Amino acid sequence: MTATVGRQAQAAARASDVWKVYGSGEAQVIALRGVSAEFERGRFTAIMGPSGSGKSTLMHCLAGLDSVTRGTVMIGDTTVTGLGDAGLTKLRRDKVGFIFQQFNLLPTLTAQENILLPLSIAGRKPDPAWYDTVIDTVGLRERLGHRPAQLSGGQQQRVACARALVSRPEVIFADEPTGNLDSRSGAEVLNFLRNSVREHGQTIVMVTHDPTAAAYADRVVFLADGQIVSELIEPTADTVLDTMKKLDAPAEVGS
Amino acid sequence: MFRATMKSLLARKLRLLLSGLAVVLGVMFVSGAFVLTDTLGRSFDAVFSDAYSEVDVNVAAKPKVALSEVEGEQVAAPVPASVVDRVKAVPGVTDVRGVVAADGARLIGSNGKVVTSFGPPQLGENWLGESELLKLREGRAPQADDEIVVNVALAEAAKVKVGDRVGVLTLAPKKEFTLVGVFGYSGGRDSVGGVNEVAFTTPVAQQLMLGKPDVFSNVTAQAAGGTTPEALRDEVARALGADYEVKTGKQLADDASASLKEGLSFFNKILLGFAAVALLVGTFLILNTFSIIVAQRTRELALMRAIGASGRQVIGSVVLEAVAVGLIASVLGLAAGIGVGALLAYLFGKLAGGLTLAGLGVPPAAVIGAFAVGLVITVVAALLPALRASRIPPIAAMQDVATPDRPLTKVTVGGSVVTAIGAGLLFLGLGGHAGDNTLATILGGVLFAFIGVALLTPLISRPVVALLGTIFAWSVPGKLGRLNSGRNPRRTAITAAALMVGIALVTGVTVILDSAKGSISALAEDTIKAELVISGAQAGPRPASFDPAVLEKAAAIPGVQLVDGEYGDMATMNGERTWVAASSNVAALERIFGAKANAGDISRLNPDQMLLSSDTAKSRNLSVGSTVTVQLSRGEARTYTVSGIYESSQLTNPVVLPPQAATDFAIPQPIQGFVQLAPGTSVASVQPQVERLLADSPEVSVADRAAFIKQQTSQLDTPLRMIQILLALAIVIAVLGIINTLALSVLERTRELGLLRAIGLRRAQTMRMITVEAVVISIFGALLGVVVGTGLGAAVVRALKDEGITDLVLPWSQMVTFLVLAAIIGVVAAVLPAIRAARINVLGAIAHD
Ligand SMILES: Nc1ncnc2c1ncn2[C@@H]1O[C@H](COP(=O)(O)OP(=O)(O)OP(=O)(O)O)[C@@H](O)[C@H]1O
Ligand SMILES: [Mg+2]
Repeated sequence: MTATVGRQAQAAARASDVWKVYGSGEAQVIALRGVSAEFERGRFTAIMGPSGSGKSTLMHCLAGLDSVTRGTVMIGDTTVTGLGDAGLTKLRRDKVGFIFQQFNLLPTLTAQENILLPLSIAGRKPDPAWYDTVIDTVGLRERLGHRPAQLSGGQQQRVACARALVSRPEVIFADEPTGNLDSRSGAEVLNFLRNSVREHGQTIVMVTHDPTAAAYADRVVFLADGQIVSELIEPTADTVLDTMKKLDAPAEVGS
Repeated sequence: MFRATMKSLLARKLRLLLSGLAVVLGVMFVSGAFVLTDTLGRSFDAVFSDAYSEVDVNVAAKPKVALSEVEGEQVAAPVPASVVDRVKAVPGVTDVRGVVAADGARLIGSNGKVVTSFGPPQLGENWLGESELLKLREGRAPQADDEIVVNVALAEAAKVKVGDRVGVLTLAPKKEFTLVGVFGYSGGRDSVGGVNEVAFTTPVAQQLMLGKPDVFSNVTAQAAGGTTPEALRDEVARALGADYEVKTGKQLADDASASLKEGLSFFNKILLGFAAVALLVGTFLILNTFSIIVAQRTRELALMRAIGASGRQVIGSVVLEAVAVGLIASVLGLAAGIGVGALLAYLFGKLAGGLTLAGLGVPPAAVIGAFAVGLVITVVAALLPALRASRIPPIAAMQDVATPDRPLTKVTVGGSVVTAIGAGLLFLGLGGHAGDNTLATILGGVLFAFIGVALLTPLISRPVVALLGTIFAWSVPGKLGRLNSGRNPRRTAITAAALMVGIALVTGVTVILDSAKGSISALAEDTIKAELVISGAQAGPRPASFDPAVLEKAAAIPGVQLVDGEYGDMATMNGERTWVAASSNVAALERIFGAKANAGDISRLNPDQMLLSSDTAKSRNLSVGSTVTVQLSRGEARTYTVSGIYESSQLTNPVVLPPQAATDFAIPQPIQGFVQLAPGTSVASVQPQVERLLADSPEVSVADRAAFIKQQTSQLDTPLRMIQILLALAIVIAVLGIINTLALSVLERTRELGLLRAIGLRRAQTMRMITVEAVVISIFGALLGVVVGTGLGAAVVRALKDEGITDLVLPWSQMVTFLVLAAIIGVVAAVLPAIRAARINVLGAIAHD
C-alpha cells in the first residue's frame, strides 16, 4: 500500500467541485457553488453556516439522498454520483447511517426493534459484542422494550444514534441532531457521538447551528451562500462563535 | 422488515378492516354460490335416487323435439301399450308397469285459482298403487273415471280435502273430479322435491295427459332375483330395438338430477356476476385505502429507504400487508359465504315445496375460489400504491413538507386510452362484429369503460367538485368541506368512482329496460287492433292457456268482429329448432297485427300450408312454394308448403302454422286471445260477456288493450327489480368506501382539525364540514354514474335498434332519485368520521406528530 492510497483511504466521504441547482429560470436557486471537501475517517466534523447557506443540501448530496448538478461525491472508495437505485440502496445499507432532527423512529416498534431495523432490512444478524457495546454506550438497556412514545426526546435520539451505529457504517450523517433537545439531553447525545468517534473510530458528519455543539467536533467547516468559506480544527465554542460573527458581517453587507 | 410491516399493519387494523369488508362481501358471494349449488345438487341427487329406487329399468321413447332446460318443458314421446307386453316377455323381469307422468296437470284450488309452481313440474299420472315409497295418507285409490288422488302438499296448497269436487286443467280444458284420497312419501314427506302430483285412473291419465288412449309416458320394470339392473337393461334394449331409450333407475336419477343442476348453474352464474360487481367496486376501495395509507406512511417508508431498504422491499412490505388483508378477508368471506349458501339453500328448499336438504357441503371450489379471489383482488389493487410507495425518495424522511401534488397528465392520458379501448370494445360487441365473443367483448368494454372513466375522474373532479361545492359555500364549515373534497383529486375521484360503478350499472340497465318497454308499448299501441285481449300471467316455465271453445263463443257475441287465438310450440323445422305459432284465425295476422304481405297470400292457410316471417324466410333460405318438414312436440313429422311471407316485426311470430297443427303442440290450447270489435261497439259491454266465458279457464283473464300492453311490458319489471336489488350491493360497498376515505382523511388531518378547533371551530361545525365533504364526493359519484350509465344504456339501445328497441327512454325520475339518494348516502357515510373528527382532543392534536 503506497502512501497516496493510504491517504486517500483516510477520506470517508469526499465532495469535489459539487454544484447543486434547484429549479430553473426565475425560480432557480443555486444551493451549492463548487464545494470541495474531504471528511477524514475516524473524525467528527461539524458543518456550520447561516440558515439557507446549503448545509442540509451538502449533507444530502454527500449521503446520496439527493443528486448533484455537477461534480462528484465519494463515500469510501465508492463513487456516489451516477449510482442507480440498487447501488444507492446498497450504499445506504453498508456505508451510511443517518441521525435526523426529528428522531424518525417507527412508533409501532420497540426501541430494540428500531435499533435493529437497518440490519433486519438488510437481512443481517447483529454482531452481539458490538450490539452490547452500542447499547451500553447509549445507556438504554432498561428501555429496550419501550415504544418511542414512552421515551423522552433525548432517549429517542439516543435510540436513533444507536440505530445509526449498529451497522457500523463508513460514515454517519446527522442533520441538527440536537435541534429538538434541551441542552442537557443534547450534551448527552453529543458526548455519545464524540465517544463513538474516539473509542470506536466512527466517522461522523454533523450539521448544526449551535456553537456549543460544534465544539464537540474535531473540525468545523463553515458554509456561506453555497461555498466553503472557513474551517476550524479543534474548535471551542468561542472560536466557532467568533468565526460565525465574522461570516455574518460581510454577508450582511453583501445583501 | 417483515416484523415492521406486521406491526404497522396491526396499528392500522380498523382502516384495513373497512377496506377488507368489500373483499369479504365479494368472496362471500363467490363461496356462497359454490356452497349453494353443491348443497342443492346433492339434495337433488338424494331426491332422485330415492324416487327411482324402485325402478331397475326404464323404457322411454326418444322425444320428438329435444329441448334444453331453459327452452321449456320437453315433451316425452308416448310409448305404445304393446311395449309393456314386449318388456314382460324379456326373461328376468318382474313388476312391469306402464307409467303415465306428464307435466301440465293444474289443480284448481278452493279459491277458484290454479295452484302454481315455480319450477318443479305439475305431474298428471296414472295411479299405480301404493309402494314402499308412496303411501295413501287418507282415503282410497281412484277407481272411477272421475276420481283422483293428489299428494299431500298439493292438497294443502289447494286447500281441498278428500270428498271435494275439484277442477283440473290438462291437455283438455277444465274437468271436474272427486278427490278420493291424498298420498305422501316415506319419511313423512308431502312431496318429492316440490313436485305437485295428480293421479287419475290409467285410461283417464292417458287421454288427458298424453292425448290418446293406450299409450304410456314410459315403462318401468324390476329385475328378478339374480339379474343386475345393467344386465336387464341390455336385455330389454335388445328386445325393443333402437326406437327406445332403455336406462337403469340409477341412470335416470342421474339424468333428472343433471337437468335440474343445469338450471342451478344459471343461479350460480347470477351469484358469481354479483360477486364480480362487488369485487370490482372492492378493488377501487382497496386501491384507495392503500394509496392513502402509503401517503400517510411516506415519512416512515422514506426512513426505511434511508436506512437501507430497497425499492423492492418497500413494494414487498405493502404487498405483504395486502396479502394479510386478503387472507383475513378471504377467511371471513368464506365463513360468511357458507352462511349465505346455507341460508339460500334453506330458502330454496322452502320455495321448492319442502326439498329435503342434504347436509351442508363446502366443496373445494368454494375454498379455492374464496382464497384465489380474495388474495388476487387485494394484491392487484395494492400493486399500484405499492409501486408508488417504492418511488418515495429517502430524502422525504428529512423534509416536513408533504410531497407536492403530482400532475394529472399521465392518468388523464391513460384514462383516455383505456376509455377509448372500452368504447372500441363496446362498439365491436354491440355492433355485432365480435362473432361468438359478443358477450365477453361487451363485458370487457364495460369494464374498460369503467376503469377509463375512473382514471379520468381526477381531472373531471376539479371543476365538478368546485361547482358542487359552491352550493355549500355559504358557511365556513361548508367552504372548508368543499376545499377539503377538492384538495386531493385522486382520492376524491377513486372514492366517487366506486359509487359510480354501482349507479352506472343500475342506470344503464334501467335505460335499456325502460327503452325496451317504451318501444314495445308504442309498437303494440300503434299496431294491435284488438280491443280486448285474453291472457294470463305466466308462473313457472309453463305459459297460461285457456279452453279453445271460448274463441268460438266469443266470436258469437254481438258486436265482435274478429277473434283470434294464438298457440305456440317449440318445434324443429327442417331439423333446426324454432318457435312456431298457430293462429285460430289466420286473417288476424293482417287485420289485428297489421302484418304486410311480402310474397304470396297471407290472409288464409290450408291445413298443409304455412306462413313465414321475412326474417325466417331469409335466414332459412325459403320462399313461397318451398316445402318444409316440421316436427312438433307430439305426433309425426309433417310437410308444409310455404304459401306466404309477411314482413317481420316485433309483434309477429317467425312461423305461422294452420290451426289444425295446434293439436300436436305441447300445449294444445291457445295462450292468448285477441278480440276485435265492430266499430261503435262499447268495450265495456263485451268485456263482461267474455269474462263469463272464461269461468272455466282460471289461468287467464280478459283485459282491454291498454291493460294488456301494461301487463306484457311489466314482465320486464321483475328482472329490473332483481338487478336493482343486486346492484344495490355495489352501492353499499361504495358507501363503505366513502366512510373509509373520510375516516382516513380525518385521521390524516388530526393536527389541522385540532388547530381549527383551537381557533374556535365548534364541534357541530366540524361535523358539518366533514358531512359537506362526504356529500360532495357522493353526489359527484352519483352524477358520474348517471352520466356513464345513460351513455352505456343509450349505446346498447342504439345497438338494439334492429331488434325493435327504437325509442330511447331516459328514466329521469330515477336519475333524480339516485342523486338524492347519493346526498343521503353522503350524510350517512359522514356520521362516524364526523363524530370522530368532532371528538379530537385539541391539545393532543396539535402536539400530534
Ligand atoms: N427542494 C428545493 N427546491 C428549491 N430550493 C431548495 C430546495 N431545498 C433547498 N433549497 C434552497 O437551497 C438553499 C439551501 O438550502 P438548505 O436547506 O441546504 O439550507 P440550510 O443551510 O440547511 O438551512 P437551515 O439552516 O435553515 O436548515 C436555500 O436557499 C433553499 O431555499
Ligand atoms: Mg438545514
